[in-house]
Amino acid sequence: MSVISTDQLTIRFGQFTAVDRVSLAVEQGEIFGFLGPNGSGKTTLIKALCGLLKPSMGSGKVLGYDCATQTASIREHVGYMSQKFSLYGDLTVEENINFYAGVYGLKGDYLHRRRREIIEMTRLGTYLERRADRLSGGWKQRLALACAFIHEPKLLFLDEPTAGIDPVARRELWDLLFHLSALGVTFFVTTHYMDEAERCGRVGYIYLSRLIAYGTPDELKKIPNVSPFGTRRVEITVDNTSAAMGRLNDRNYVRSATIFGDSIRLLIDEKISDQQIIDDLAKDGFGGAEVRHISPSLEDVFVSLTQEAAAARNTKV
Amino acid sequence: MSRGDPNVRPLKGPFGGLIPVLRKEAIHLRRDPMALFFAVFVPVIQLFLLGYAINTNVRDVRTVVYDAVKDQDSQRLLDRFENSNDFKIVSFVDSDAELNSAIIKGTARVGIKIPPDYSRNLLSGETAQVLVLVDGSDSMVSGETSNVANAIAFQESLDRLLGASESRGSLPVEVRRKILFNPDSRSPNFFIPGLIVVLLQMMTVMLTAFAIVRERERGTLEQLFMTPVRPLGLMVGKIVPYACVGFGELVFVIAIMRFVFAVPINGSVLLLLAMTIPFIVTMLGVGLLISTRANSQQEAIQLAFGTLMPSIFLSGYIFPIDSMPAAFQWMSRIIPATYLIEISRGIILRGAGFFDLWKQGLILSIMGIVLTLVSAMRFRRQVG
Repeated sequence: MSVISTDQLTIRFGQFTAVDRVSLAVEQGEIFGFLGPNGSGKTTLIKALCGLLKPSMGSGKVLGYDCATQTASIREHVGYMSQKFSLYGDLTVEENINFYAGVYGLKGDYLHRRRREIIEMTRLGTYLERRADRLSGGWKQRLALACAFIHEPKLLFLDEPTAGIDPVARRELWDLLFHLSALGVTFFVTTHYMDEAERCGRVGYIYLSRLIAYGTPDELKKIPNVSPFGTRRVEITVDNTSAAMGRLNDRNYVRSATIFGDSIRLLIDEKISDQQIIDDLAKDGFGGAEVRHISPSLEDVFVSLTQEAAAARNTKV
Repeated sequence: MSRGDPNVRPLKGPFGGLIPVLRKEAIHLRRDPMALFFAVFVPVIQLFLLGYAINTNVRDVRTVVYDAVKDQDSQRLLDRFENSNDFKIVSFVDSDAELNSAIIKGTARVGIKIPPDYSRNLLSGETAQVLVLVDGSDSMVSGETSNVANAIAFQESLDRLLGASESRGSLPVEVRRKILFNPDSRSPNFFIPGLIVVLLQMMTVMLTAFAIVRERERGTLEQLFMTPVRPLGLMVGKIVPYACVGFGELVFVIAIMRFVFAVPINGSVLLLLAMTIPFIVTMLGVGLLISTRANSQQEAIQLAFGTLMPSIFLSGYIFPIDSMPAAFQWMSRIIPATYLIEISRGIILRGAGFFDLWKQGLILSIMGIVLTLVSAMRFRRQVG
């Protein structure tokens, strides 16, 4: 049984369709990455899955409970951590944890055990007496996670959990997510970071309220439209990258070129060999170039899918 | 990390989550000294400012005199003015122009001119005229002083007609008025029982509206909606601490009224406190309603003041309802403060009991129940 499964789930606000016929499934222990531009319907879908918004059409099940009718059971068994730091700044770390423990109805021995476990897990022990608004961004997110996880939910919704925190804290938070997912906790994570998306088991990409891509990162990279028929992607390492790119752009077999650090990424006609590129560059005065075959990045995938969807929408209108 | 045999008591019933929310709100109150200061001291300061400033009793009105006669007769009339306590002669002038300019400059509110022919006319049996100039820019003062001036002239005329000297004069008819319940016509006695109501409204409405709007601004409301907390549990949990603060404040303000402003409480304080409860409930409902509309604390302040204004001007707190135009009278009947002001004045000033005031209490209770239900429904709809 999937932890989350939706079938043609649709949310409308009057004339506006915020989530349009989304069908997806998330399995237990999976970290599901949910991506898309701001305003594309990510948070709306999460609210619907938590039972805060009734589906206008279609259906959804979370932990076996129906999103339209069994909302109280869903809220009892899932955790939610929002994009903003939304804990009580004037309460201490411990008071915040106690409040959420109370809200989820934890009592007695179980409460003490969970509090101990969660503090150990997030290593918040030294900050218990500190007021939450005096914590740094990374620690705030740990506290938010502690509060969202206090009742030992089997499913956690994380809405942009790493927005605005430093790379080290970001890495540590993800390590924590992997640790928990190995224990069987399922995560539904929205993010704008491609490197985070790459770490997810599966990702979904929502654009203009529609889920336009859904699968493992590797599957998505093999979507035909991302690398159009008869093309391939290469990465070239060469001195003086910007001048070299200018020359490469003049070649008619180059479909697109992007500088990436000290290398150039090209989308080229498939029939052009690596050697021909090296020779052409040498002719232009850029000797010693190295060419490697690469697969598209997730960013490539999302950019091309977005362009395609936007183009399709414009022709339709 | 299996769930094992969890010692979880799921939140049951429509008030689920009440206790943790209550506990949290109490911490907020303690942590936010500004809010507590706002809640406790600002109304007290206002009580002192307004209690001392609002004084409609007309007394010792500054008076300038142009006495063109300066004899026994004119002095006798001036003595009457001064003995009335309403007038206080601050200066004497020697021309009409000076008399006028004293009033324009504001050094005096009233000018009395006794013309040169005053005594002569009295002697010859003709009507002697006295000019009293009254500054009309304060209607309370001008009304009172004109009345008193007329009464003085009337008294002086009668005395002279009857040929009686002041000591043994007796008039055929004399109205002796007895003002019930506020015998000295003291302003604080009249204003403070109303002021209590206005302060109570201001505080409870703002505190509740703030408590929820602040949570919305922070984004924690969204977070709470994702938890099993029930809307009613959240609502009541957030409101009760402020209701308690409001009630404590009420007791405090009543004590100040009684012991600092020496306003006697003729009825039962317990009855007054009990009948305030439905009003507090109504005001919490108003605050909650505001919080469902306002997205920021500024917006909440504006809306709260929007509800406060009619409660100040149309509730009978300042202007008597009976002398309002019919449309305003009708409006004053739908303002909750109107009823509590009637109750408060009734109990404090007239010593009224439950059976005199049960109608107002009933109306307030109905208002409280309806408003809380409406706002609870709106609030619940926002939760989703």
